[in-house]
Amino acid sequence: MSDLINASLSELSAALAAKQVSSVELSTLFLDRIEKLNPIVNAYVTVDRARTLAQAAEMDARRAKGETGPLLGIPFGHKDIFCTEGWLTTCGSKMLSNFVSPYDATVVSKLKQAGVVTLGKLNMDEFAMGSSNETSYFGPVKNPWDTKRVPGGSSGGSAAAIAARLAPAVTGTDTGGSIRQPAALCGLTGLKPTYGVCSRYGMIAFASSLDQAGPMAKSAEDCALMLNAMAGFDERDSTSLQRETEDYTRDLNKPLNGLRIGLPREFFGEGMSADVRAKVEEALDQYRKLGATTIEVSLPNSGLSVPAYYVIAPAEASSNLSRFDGVRYGYRAPEYGNLDDMYAKTRAQGFGPEVKRRILIGTYVLSHGYYDAYYLQAQKIRRLIAADFVEAFKSCDVIMGPASPDTAFAFGEKSGDPVKMYLSDIYTISTNLAGLPGMSVPCGFGDHHLPVGLQIIGNYFEEAKMLNVAHQYQQVTNWHREMPAGI
Amino acid sequence: MKWEVVIGLETHAQLQTKSKIFCGASTAFGAEPNTQADAVSLALPGVLPVLNREAVVCAIKFGLAIGAHITDRSVFARKNYFYPDLPKGYQISQMDLPVVAGGAITINVDGADKVVNLTRAHLEEDAGKSLHEDFHGKSGIDLNRAGTPLLEIVSEPDMRSAAEAVAYAKKLHELVQWIGICDGNMQEGSFRCDANVSVRRPGEPYGTRREIKNLNSFRFLEQAINYEVQWQINEIEEGRKIQQATVLFDPDTGETRMMRSKEDAHDYRYFPDPDLLPVEITEAWKAEVKAGMPELPQVMQQRFTGEYGLSAYDAGIITSSREMAQYFLDAVAAAGTANAKLCANWIQGELAARLNREERSIADAPIKPAQLAGIVQRIVDNTISNKIGRDVFDALWNGEGKDADAVIEAKGLKQITDTGAIEAIIDEVLAANSKSVEEFRAGKDKAFNALVGQAMKATKGKANPQQVNDLLKKKLGA
Repeated sequence: MSDLINASLSELSAALAAKQVSSVELSTLFLDRIEKLNPIVNAYVTVDRARTLAQAAEMDARRAKGETGPLLGIPFGHKDIFCTEGWLTTCGSKMLSNFVSPYDATVVSKLKQAGVVTLGKLNMDEFAMGSSNETSYFGPVKNPWDTKRVPGGSSGGSAAAIAARLAPAVTGTDTGGSIRQPAALCGLTGLKPTYGVCSRYGMIAFASSLDQAGPMAKSAEDCALMLNAMAGFDERDSTSLQRETEDYTRDLNKPLNGLRIGLPREFFGEGMSADVRAKVEEALDQYRKLGATTIEVSLPNSGLSVPAYYVIAPAEASSNLSRFDGVRYGYRAPEYGNLDDMYAKTRAQGFGPEVKRRILIGTYVLSHGYYDAYYLQAQKIRRLIAADFVEAFKSCDVIMGPASPDTAFAFGEKSGDPVKMYLSDIYTISTNLAGLPGMSVPCGFGDHHLPVGLQIIGNYFEEAKMLNVAHQYQQVTNWHREMPAGI
Repeated sequence: MKWEVVIGLETHAQLQTKSKIFCGASTAFGAEPNTQADAVSLALPGVLPVLNREAVVCAIKFGLAIGAHITDRSVFARKNYFYPDLPKGYQISQMDLPVVAGGAITINVDGADKVVNLTRAHLEEDAGKSLHEDFHGKSGIDLNRAGTPLLEIVSEPDMRSAAEAVAYAKKLHELVQWIGICDGNMQEGSFRCDANVSVRRPGEPYGTRREIKNLNSFRFLEQAINYEVQWQINEIEEGRKIQQATVLFDPDTGETRMMRSKEDAHDYRYFPDPDLLPVEITEAWKAEVKAGMPELPQVMQQRFTGEYGLSAYDAGIITSSREMAQYFLDAVAAAGTANAKLCANWIQGELAARLNREERSIADAPIKPAQLAGIVQRIVDNTISNKIGRDVFDALWNGEGKDADAVIEAKGLKQITDTGAIEAIIDEVLAANSKSVEEFRAGKDKAFNALVGQAMKATKGKANPQQVNDLLKKKLGA
């Protein structure tokens, strides 16, 4: 049984199909590990053994009736940003600490249809605002590679759950790097698809024009199998795209001969730590051995991505989070005077400092007299950043670079300095602004044996190609199979 | 003229779509609280808006009806403010690129036409309702109405009196019902106005305006504006300045009172809603909408003056609602084009008065257009007089007989046009009223009318009045 915790999704699927293990047994295996290890890692905020096992039994029954499928009966954890019917859905916030969702997010219901069992809800930075998981109301998640260090964020619980083998695969969301940066810091594979590929319905909005759900797992192949179930048009999300259904595993065995890898000059300058640079360079050497060529490209406006992002994302967030007012659901201050006082106390008590900071920034940049100077200007920069990528992709097939400038940092190291924290996402933010797909793939270990992530950025809708680019690398390397020793 | 009044109106027309503007919940009025509040209406975490195509069609119809520019790429924006019946903490509305831009409406006040220009008309969602009674010091929130589609129609400050503002509001009210986008029910709040009012000395720039919110009857609109105008004039004449403000009208006192000053005004922090894509309105879509629209009232009005010889005033009244115009057309079809004017007179006169008295709509008038046409025809061919026509009308209204001819036959109302018969009656009348005859001969014209009256009375009104007149004159040698 113990090798099942390291198994790939296709291995688990085969074991379930061969009746070597049932969904109930597999779920129990992970629930037991969660019970034992979650007190150390704090990856899960909600576990409900009875509910999980009931779902697992249902999947076993579906299989008994003849149903098959690559994900049927496999248990996943869901980032607590996804509404899950009957489960607490907190978004890492005191504000929603009592909110039981009456409905499933589209991504969750699609995975359910594919046969996925819910293991529990995963910790995250409050309302996905953070790069270290230190802003969660439910306490920080520990990085399984070194529990004195952060797992990254905001999908920190998702990343740590896989690293600690507390789930075979998980869902995450990425607004400015929230899948890729924690995937890099925890040594796993994560994909943020093209904006609009996965429905946002039921995914609690942080910054609507940037948010995108995606898979996080041990390997690119696992991510491809997950994306097959997660992607697709949803009539309840006007920004989801009406496209032909794709099989994201279809390119998984194509050789990389002739692949042109673009290396943005701006990603390889100052700011990247030496150990990360060394591992990324090694990975590029490996790609050259696989038949790829590398060429320098330029993303001249990428230096503006962090400032533009920290105007647009807070602006949208300040409005998106207005619904948390204590009136209809969620937290309400126990004592208050009049209506304004109810709002003020509820939101003062219900939101943490980082969320408040971003609401204030967002409110400011949308205010009368500042809108043109900040919000409109940021939108112009956003178009320039997207145009840079269009230009770069004229001469290359994928773009590579680091996913994060550093490996996992210590708790408290950046939390006192918001700007320093914001720069953790300097390599990932521009793809969200452009709406492009991006991945992080484990490419070795830096100082203190901490994982390093290689970022792969593809052109619009080229997830299948990117997944193969990652997969071919994972065929000749074992970084993605490494497991933290302490756990 | 010492003071000039300047008025602009913002009108909210609730659109007649089956479901809400951004979700599938029903828009029906009067349901139990919160039974029409789905996940989107409640603004649960994670839910998203999806635009109702029918609401856009309504806006396009309106734009076409007022000769406006229909924006080919229209954008929804968020208007951010906190209120308990605004579940998302923002209202989805339109700011920079509304569906409808410009356009105009012609009103008629005291016989003179006047063009009122429109600034814009945009789509937005309604809020819910806060209920302050029956909750023991707390407030209840009903979100059934939250998300109901509204068209906010904004006029230029083109009106110069309360009467003009009312005429404009009525014209707009008629139009939105005519094109079938709004039921016009003011009691249920389907059509409500905000009035921006200021005063100035003629020739000077606009004065500072105050906005009177939520006027849901034409009478209140008129009263509120008149009160507000007088209040502003008094303030200025007493040396005070008008401060920009939002005010409420209290129908009980007939006064306006301040709700919030400019200092308390919200900064709504409008920005394009990232959950919704811009709406592309193509020429083809506009053409499709146009093809499905009824003939517009102003077009029909011209046709009625041209083809049927109605006065502009009459044509205006007949085209004040689609139902009345259709009634008229059906009546003319039965009575003949030559009798169109008489049909119009009967519709505006007897029929309108009766409907008004019994508070019925023309659609459920007991007298159908063909029946009214029958009365008109019998008057024209001298079978009955105009006066007897009203008796026939009453009989038909009360369901006595299937048409005018049947009533005339059954009640023996046929006009007496036989000269011999009328002469005989006149002779009797003259014999019986020698005093009146003497008075007439002495020069009292009134006595003549008394004699006509006697003759009509003797025939139970059935004698042709003109013949009675002529014969009486002859007999009296007048």
